[in-house]
Amino acid sequence: MTAPFVILAVVTIGGAVAAMTLRKLVHCALALAVCFVGLAGLYLDLNAQFVGLVQVLVYVGAVVILIVFAILLTRHDELPAQTNRTRVAGLGVSAVVFALLAWAVTAGGAQMGAAVAAPEAAMKDIGGALMQKYVLPLEVVGLLLTAALIGAVVIAMEEKKKAR
Amino acid sequence: MTQGLDQIFVTFQHWAVAHSPAAVQPAVSIVLPVAGILILFPSLFAITTVLERKGLARIQNRYGPNRVGPYGWLQPVADAVKSLTKEDIVPRTADKLVHFLAPVLLVTVVFLEYAVIPVGRNMVLADMNSGVLFFFAAGAATEMSVFMAGWSSRNKYSLLGAMRAVAQMISYEAPLILSSIAVVMAAGSLSTVTIVEKQAGYSGFWPHWYVLTPWGLAGFVLFAIAMTAESNRSPFDLPEGESEIIAGYFTEYSGFKFALFFLGEYLEMFAVSGMAVTLFLGGWAAPFSFLTWIPSWIWFLGKVMTLIAVFIWVRGTLPRLRMDQLMNFAWKFMLPMTLMVIFSAGLWKFLPSGVLRWLICAAPIALLYVVLGRVLQSERRIEKRVYRYAE
Amino acid sequence: MTPLNGCLLVSALLFSIGLGGALTRRSAILVLVGIELMLNAANLNFIAFWRYGPHPEALTGVLFVTFSIAIAAAEAAVGLALIQAVYRHAKTTDVNQLDTMKG
Repeated sequence: MTAPFVILAVVTIGGAVAAMTLRKLVHCALALAVCFVGLAGLYLDLNAQFVGLVQVLVYVGAVVILIVFAILLTRHDELPAQTNRTRVAGLGVSAVVFALLAWAVTAGGAQMGAAVAAPEAAMKDIGGALMQKYVLPLEVVGLLLTAALIGAVVIAMEEKKKAR
Repeated sequence: MTQGLDQIFVTFQHWAVAHSPAAVQPAVSIVLPVAGILILFPSLFAITTVLERKGLARIQNRYGPNRVGPYGWLQPVADAVKSLTKEDIVPRTADKLVHFLAPVLLVTVVFLEYAVIPVGRNMVLADMNSGVLFFFAAGAATEMSVFMAGWSSRNKYSLLGAMRAVAQMISYEAPLILSSIAVVMAAGSLSTVTIVEKQAGYSGFWPHWYVLTPWGLAGFVLFAIAMTAESNRSPFDLPEGESEIIAGYFTEYSGFKFALFFLGEYLEMFAVSGMAVTLFLGGWAAPFSFLTWIPSWIWFLGKVMTLIAVFIWVRGTLPRLRMDQLMNFAWKFMLPMTLMVIFSAGLWKFLPSGVLRWLICAAPIALLYVVLGRVLQSERRIEKRVYRYAE
Repeated sequence: MTPLNGCLLVSALLFSIGLGGALTRRSAILVLVGIELMLNAANLNFIAFWRYGPHPEALTGVLFVTFSIAIAAAEAAVGLALIQAVYRHAKTTDVNQLDTMKG
């Protein structure tokens, strides 16, 4: 539990809590960006450089901006909070889920997870794996991204006026 | 002796580290290059503001600032005093925290980008395995600060300017990153140090810079255009055009915060120019093999200043692009061209060297350029000009 | 508390915060934000196990997370386009009022 890890974990969790509890939607989006940056820091701390940088590039640079644009284009700022029953039920479910996961993590024992030497994730190895072992998922993800792009544009497009 | 002059900063750093107590040695060895960057690039910023104003002025047939100091060269001092002493007005309904954080975030992230640019031989702050990726990730984070500035001002024009600016920056990020992928493919590594070292050789006296290959030339032009659009500079400065939308997303900023935005924008321009020099123009390598006695950092700074001068020239010469023209240009023209550049770079690696390789690699790019030009312009109906004479 | 357990607890906390937010907030966009948080929690889990588990040289964790980030971005795009289309029709993004298929 080194100091960088604790600081980054606090930033991440704080950003996530802020993203889910703030009143104004744009503040939620900005808190989400802080949470993603904290997560990227955690990935860098875990020696996964490529993933950390891709996280900033894709999530902070694109997904948060998408969310912000959607907030601006749907033009609503503050909504009243959920009814009490729904709120209690939702928070209760998430507390139960967290308790279950925490028990599973700590009851598993410490067979794995002793501090080992950091693995080297060289760019060349990642590129080689993507092009040799994982080339099929790569092509499928390319296809999926194309389909998502075209689909999103078609769904969000203004319908042509059919009235004569 | 030239070797000594070339490595003078590295030697100074080693000397300083060796002569400091053991406890602070790691701190000193990091603080010194950081201090170097913090001193060098803002001073370059100060010089560039005067250069730009005088350059634009001369292009427009007038003098620039010529009152402060000899021929106006102390103008940055006057500007600094003005921006520090001006009243800092924040709109009453503005979002105070976000309004304050936007320029701070911009300047912080832009300074981060300098960590991976090799300013000279052995002179890079962080030799990262994935330096190019780090640079573009930091560039993606600057869009957040633009949006924060526009939204927190509670001003319709600011918000409109911010949305336009963010849309423009995202659109031009794709050709920017794709044209650098061609270089990464040719060099075989994402590390900026390796990319420069691959370009530092000479065949005869001719250098191995990537800009001297067909895909490198096309890639450099595309990178330069995307770079101009990313920094919101003319001819892509609709989000901040003075005659269009007042000042766009920094309408409500005054005093020091405006100076920080200005600083951040110019520093980003330097950083992206530095990356263009690293990727295409050979970094710190000299252009001809008989000129290698000039120190490497002087070559780097000279190349960056040349690019800046070209930017200032373009700003004074070309008219502003309209928003839809801008977006059309990015998605319909630049993106297919960058994909063809990547294809051509791949061909370059596998063909034997010679004139034939040059022709085969240049052909797809030229063909696509002509085809796109014809297809995209065929929608414009230009009628025959009708003259009406005074009777 | 090994480092791996620390990472897994952070990931579990992030997941439950995302779940709680997705279940309790009224705006459709915030539900999407909660879903993104859950996806990120899973990614953190993968990277933690890659780092501290056996065979890190197989790079399985890193590649899985790369694909997961790509797919999450695609899903966010499509989800927000859907919210946009629903807003244009129903003039609201309040999930409590989008109940025309109920009952």
